[in-house]
Amino acid sequence: MSILHTVNKSPFEKSTFRSCLDHAKSGDAVLLIEDGVYAATKGTAAAKLIAARNGDLALYALAADLAARGISETSVIEGVSVVDYGGFVDLVAGHDVSQAWL
Amino acid sequence: MNTQEDSSGANGQKRFLYVNRRAPYGTIYALAFDQDVSLAFLDDGVYQIVKGQDTEGIGMKNFSPTYRALGDFEVTKLFVERESLEERGLSSDDLLDITYEDEDDDWAEKPSIRIVSRSQMTEVMAAQDVILSF
Amino acid sequence: MKFGIVVNEGPYTHQASDSAYQFTRAALEKGHEIYRVFFYHDGVNNGTRLSVPPQDERNIQSNWTELAKQHKLDLVVCVAAAQRRGILDESEAKRAGKNADNIAPGFRISGLGQLIETGIESDRVVAFGD
Repeated sequence: MSILHTVNKSPFEKSTFRSCLDHAKSGDAVLLIEDGVYAATKGTAAAKLIAARNGDLALYALAADLAARGISETSVIEGVSVVDYGGFVDLVAGHDVSQAWL
Repeated sequence: MNTQEDSSGANGQKRFLYVNRRAPYGTIYALAFDQDVSLAFLDDGVYQIVKGQDTEGIGMKNFSPTYRALGDFEVTKLFVERESLEERGLSSDDLLDITYEDEDDDWAEKPSIRIVSRSQMTEVMAAQDVILSF
Repeated sequence: MKFGIVVNEGPYTHQASDSAYQFTRAALEKGHEIYRVFFYHDGVNNGTRLSVPPQDERNIQSNWTELAKQHKLDLVVCVAAAQRRGILDESEAKRAGKNADNIAPGFRISGLGQLIETGIESDRVVAFGD
């Protein structure tokens, strides 16, 4: 039983990302979409929250949303996988439940 | 408490969880439709069920009494996160008195609100078939 | 697999309706079935045919309408949310004594039970919103 969590808010404006990490179980996946992709960038406060999980979550960021915000793949935190919309669909199919942290 | 057991669906029902993470004055949702429904209150969502709300001055309908009717719709599991309450200087005494009549126990009146820790809330979420947040 | 999609945000608000549209297209391309797209809260505003976006911008409503036509999608607008926001079909307009309706082709108005049914009948439910 694993959950795919999606986060679409900037971690700098809302507490959504932190709340998601606080409630995600080891082995769950978190997909960052829309403004949520800012949490995938290196050297940020959000990166520290991700590092604190010591890799027990699978983290993803949506390629189109990164590109739309001028975030190159080289600025994405290591360990965060970049996926396209097809990958988003596969992630939903591959987890029992999707939970949108709106 | 065993949150897993509490949220297990019976009779082929699906387990639905409605997650409330925002303060009131949107709308609330008493959606049961014969499914196994739970409500989760975390982050600012705990403000939804604070007692003493008076909306007269803002000209909006007060939805908070609606929560007290949830028992009539067989929505009897309201999980409220302790850490979210504490971060906001609230305790269970600040919350609405929401109860239901337990048909399996001679219609005894029981509290619908269950205060759970953050890690128990994670278990509640992990036990669902459908999770919707608004 | 059968997917249910929920859209809680209006068009041109931020990005949720666009994300939902892109996701739905990608799911269809991968051969999945879309059980229903349910528009709730401000999401019901995606279903008005009276929006006139600039020519060089995407037309969110007609994108949905086209996709529904191509793939026989069931686009459902929540009736309670729609009434509050002035999204009406012919019969709702008549009932409310209004002189016009504005529901876009491919959309239909129905109750919240359709959302629960989406949860029951779909293998996965994916929500988009603000």
